[in-house]
Amino acid sequence: MKYLCLVYLEEQILNAFPSDKRRSISDEAMSYCEKLQKTGQLLAASPLHPVETATTVRVREGKTSTTDGPFAETKEQLGGFLMIDVPDLNDAIRIAAQFPAARFGSVEVRPMKELGCAD
Amino acid sequence: MNDDTAREARVTVDEVFRCESRQVLATLIRLLGDFDTAEEALQEAFAVAMEQWPRDGIPANPRAWLVSTGRFKAIDGMRRRARYDASLNEITKHIENTTSEPLVEHEDEHIEDDRLRLIFTCCHPALAEEAQLAMTLREVCNLTTEEIARAFLTKPATMAQRIVRAKTKIRDARIPYEVPLPSELPERLDSVLRVVYLVFNEGYSASFGASLTRADLSGEAIRLGRLLLQLLPEPEVMGLLALMLLHESRRPARTSANGDLVLLEQQDRSLWNQAQVAEGIAFVERALSLKRIGPYTLQAAIAAVHAEASSAEQTDWAQIVALYDVLLRVEPSPIIQLNRAVAVAMRDGPAKGLELVDVLLARGELAQYHLAHAARADFCRRLARNAEARVSYQRALALAKQEPEQRFLRQRLMELT
Repeated sequence: MKYLCLVYLEEQILNAFPSDKRRSISDEAMSYCEKLQKTGQLLAASPLHPVETATTVRVREGKTSTTDGPFAETKEQLGGFLMIDVPDLNDAIRIAAQFPAARFGSVEVRPMKELGCAD
Repeated sequence: MNDDTAREARVTVDEVFRCESRQVLATLIRLLGDFDTAEEALQEAFAVAMEQWPRDGIPANPRAWLVSTGRFKAIDGMRRRARYDASLNEITKHIENTTSEPLVEHEDEHIEDDRLRLIFTCCHPALAEEAQLAMTLREVCNLTTEEIARAFLTKPATMAQRIVRAKTKIRDARIPYEVPLPSELPERLDSVLRVVYLVFNEGYSASFGASLTRADLSGEAIRLGRLLLQLLPEPEVMGLLALMLLHESRRPARTSANGDLVLLEQQDRSLWNQAQVAEGIAFVERALSLKRIGPYTLQAAIAAVHAEASSAEQTDWAQIVALYDVLLRVEPSPIIQLNRAVAVAMRDGPAKGLELVDVLLARGELAQYHLAHAARADFCRRLARNAEARVSYQRALALAKQEPEQRFLRQRLMELT
């Protein structure tokens, strides 16, 4: 099953880290992703631009509305994602829990549906 | 077969259903990969048993018979549906291939694992806590949705919805039906033990409403604890079972004839259930001897010190304070600090207790916790600082949700004037 792991974090916490710590977290994330790619569990991963660049799209009664900002006003923002392919939720949780940002942010794990799957 | 043997066979079906239905269900969920399909198969298997056993006699291994009949019925049903929905074909084939007959013949070896799988799946941390409780009581304990709803003072429809949503999440997020790996066992076991203890506490001291105790839920939790201990003899499982037994032993002394709360120090200890006390103490001793001591074992050890004392005055308060000190190292929590303060007050006098509870209240975490204010009030009362005691009893009364506790606090307030 494919899972989308959404990485939420407070950008200020990350920005407040000294630059060498930011670098080491980023290196750790990179090498973790490389490792998962080698085992075939990682399909795609990417950090995202800061939350100021986010746009939320909604369609109501046929009309598209776009609003500036993330979908909800919480302290934590969507900072990136990993798309993984593993047998079950326990494996997905295991992988999400090892992602560095899980330590100071949160990772939302969402099972993915097949494209075109109605229910 | 004559009428008597037929009647006997029907009684046996009832008996087997009562004792074995959860084990058969647990295995069917593994074989069929889905809670709803397994439940349907279970019902069908028992319906066939009701029809066949009185006529043909009781099979040598009723449980294996039920598993194999349930599995056959489920596959049969899937095949029929697959005629209209081709997408079911593959699933049916997969289930047939992975659960061939010889496999079912040897099911007895896996059966204990299946019960553990069921418990760990119902208590999976990816489910909301209230969903874990509902699933455990429904699937593991076989309580009906109506019974669970009544116990938790919610509408049956709400409870049914909660169970449906949990099953949907198990299926769609693919929560696996497995016993956790040894490396993950401590964390996952915590979640199971918390559910069992929540069920117990819900029965022991309902968090709101008129009735202080709901014995059925506590009994269910103790049964669950025993089952868990049999399947997984971990020290903390033993500790939790001991803790529940020792608390349960005080039930007859905990409320007066008119339903009022009786505090531990005022309880008539001759009313304590001595069989439960003895069993609880034996489990504490065994758990302590296993050297991996966790919070449930420590709390049980504290309860055991109380159980061994003939009165509040005779209690070894120094030992209780020492046990709270260890407990705080394992599990730092303001509520445990409050309990420790009460024990210190018993050891060193109410002035010491007041000092500690004021520090705790000043930190703010317990500001909305009625028992913190009740403890403060009690220390002030014992120090004859009645004005302060009154203020704290009033705060406690404003925060208490249970009627017997409110009555108790009102009584104390009246005694002050």
